[in-house]
Amino acid sequence: MNGSATSDGTTLDSTRLDPARTLHAYRQMKLIREFEERLHVEIATGDIPGFTHLYAGQEAVAVGVCEQLSHSDYIVSTHRGHGHCIAKGCDVLGMMKEIYGRQDGLCHGKGGSMHIADMTKGMLGANAIVGGGPPIAVGAAIACKLRGNRNVSVAFGGDGSANQGTVFEAMNMAVVLRVPAIFIIENNGYSEHTGASYAVGSKDLAGRARAFGMPAECVDGADFHAVFDAMGRAVAHARKGGGPSTIETTITRFYGHFEGDPQNYRAKDEVAKLRVTMDCLKRFRARVAEDRSVPASELDAIDAEVSALIERAVVEAKASPPPSPADLYSDVYINY
Amino acid sequence: MPQLTMRDALNQALHQEMARDERVIVLGEDVSGGAGGTSGEREASGGIFGVTKGLLPKFGEGRVLDTPISESAIIGAAAGAALAGLRPVAELMFADFVGVCFDQIYNQIAKFRYMFGGKSTCPVVIRMAMGAGMNMGPQHSQTIYSLLTAIPGLKIVIPSNAYDAKGLLIQAIRDDDPVIFFEHKALYPRKGEVPEEAYTVPFGEANLVREGEHVTVVALARMVPFAERAVDALAKEGITCDLIDPRTTSPLDEDTIIESVEGTGRLVIIDESPPRCGMACDIAATVAQKAFRSLKRPIIQVTAPHTPVPFAPSLERVYVPGPPRIEAAIREAMRDE
Repeated sequence: MNGSATSDGTTLDSTRLDPARTLHAYRQMKLIREFEERLHVEIATGDIPGFTHLYAGQEAVAVGVCEQLSHSDYIVSTHRGHGHCIAKGCDVLGMMKEIYGRQDGLCHGKGGSMHIADMTKGMLGANAIVGGGPPIAVGAAIACKLRGNRNVSVAFGGDGSANQGTVFEAMNMAVVLRVPAIFIIENNGYSEHTGASYAVGSKDLAGRARAFGMPAECVDGADFHAVFDAMGRAVAHARKGGGPSTIETTITRFYGHFEGDPQNYRAKDEVAKLRVTMDCLKRFRARVAEDRSVPASELDAIDAEVSALIERAVVEAKASPPPSPADLYSDVYINY
Repeated sequence: MPQLTMRDALNQALHQEMARDERVIVLGEDVSGGAGGTSGEREASGGIFGVTKGLLPKFGEGRVLDTPISESAIIGAAAGAALAGLRPVAELMFADFVGVCFDQIYNQIAKFRYMFGGKSTCPVVIRMAMGAGMNMGPQHSQTIYSLLTAIPGLKIVIPSNAYDAKGLLIQAIRDDDPVIFFEHKALYPRKGEVPEEAYTVPFGEANLVREGEHVTVVALARMVPFAERAVDALAKEGITCDLIDPRTTSPLDEDTIIESVEGTGRLVIIDESPPRCGMACDIAATVAQKAFRSLKRPIIQVTAPHTPVPFAPSLERVYVPGPPRIEAAIREAMRDE
């Protein structure tokens, strides 16, 4: 998992992806899709507390990025973080339990959907504050640089967070300190209920990043191979001491800002159309069929395996105990 | 024992901890200063108050990071570096600047461990200079520790002298929880006896600065030396006080305060902060709940007024509680006898 970074620290491009890695990337995307589609169903039953932001539609970004990383690289995620967590290797059974608010969830039910983290996987936390993550990612990048171990630190964010001053601060500081930070802007067209075409003054988020003095490129976020290759370039740049860079991905989300969002700001047929043109899984299947890198039967087998795993995750989550009242008081401090 | 200013005591603590533990880094605006300047002098500042002087030449740019004026990025970077295994000491310069990076402090650093189910540690120290008395005006003079004391997940340290400052800072750096470290600007030049070797002062243990029998006086930071003057003056008249410096407001050593009030029956709290929702209120409420029957007189709070800190020296002198007000408050507490 997260295996595409080679042992000598160089990165692969998609033309050199072997069948095993191709299948792994597909499985990761499919796992995210199934996880989110199933949550969409389960949330409607009322069994899942709180509110949840689904990542379905954006899978190729999380997976294209994280397939270039190892567990000793870091990512910092967003409120729409399930995809990043899965792509970085977080346990989906523990994640599902966490989202159900259960004691044996990945964070013991104390964080929920928007705060899933796993330090052992280099996953430094989903983050419910838009723009909260990039400064933290720069800090992890400082640690990478100081240790001289060629690791990198990635900040995910959307077109919404790209309007936050914290992101500007983080980008500038990353350039000034020349740290191995990579900013991934997932421009899904909406900051909550407001279009990016309205809220992004310059219409050019990669251009903003470039203005801070780092390389930035814009890629099709529904194209796994394009994201993977762009990330390969960014990681290679960072690992050789070149400092930060930014990748803006144009992408869409298949659901609302949160589950229950009536999406009155979207044209009635918008999502249906995008599910035809911007579905990264369909496009991945078409691509590998064309280049004959893996047979469709193997992808079908992954679909079945992933579907069973998600079913198991939901069954186990529902059967898991809630935290005990005493858990309220634990882990505020290490000692106090 | 050597006499050091609080500034030099803090500086010594940073030098010793950076030498002891290579995971300790220092970051902030002008922590060394000089980068990009025309003089060519690389350590042109050593911190705006001189607390980080000499660190850059000794430990290098990898561990002593001059940052842009980007408080959210400074504090956020400290948070991320801590999650990634370092032990950052971030300098915010003026405590008032918490306003531009509050999210990173109270939504991020304070909550990581809890919301990640105990699976992360964030051993960050955020140093900030606070306090009135130098005519720095409303945005450079506040004592906002009550704001941060209210946040679960943070430890709040407020030294009043050079000895405590060194020991508390070393404890803060070695502590695995996030620590906010307030340094009163007026105390930087004050000297005290400070051992050369590294030592720690534990959190949650108040310092009994004076022992007496009539009144319990609780004071923080610069209010401690002011209270010492008032208490010592009254001692000559036979009015003796317990003077308690909590040193940390989170955790707060409630036991020492309550035990003292059980003995004296009178409580005066001195706080260089506005009166609403402040530490004086917090301590008063604690004593009212836990030692009400011991009280012989109403609790007296000596605080700054419910105003911003004024600039004009004539006004700022009125704003800051000084020894005469403290002395008058102690007399008021004794009025029934």
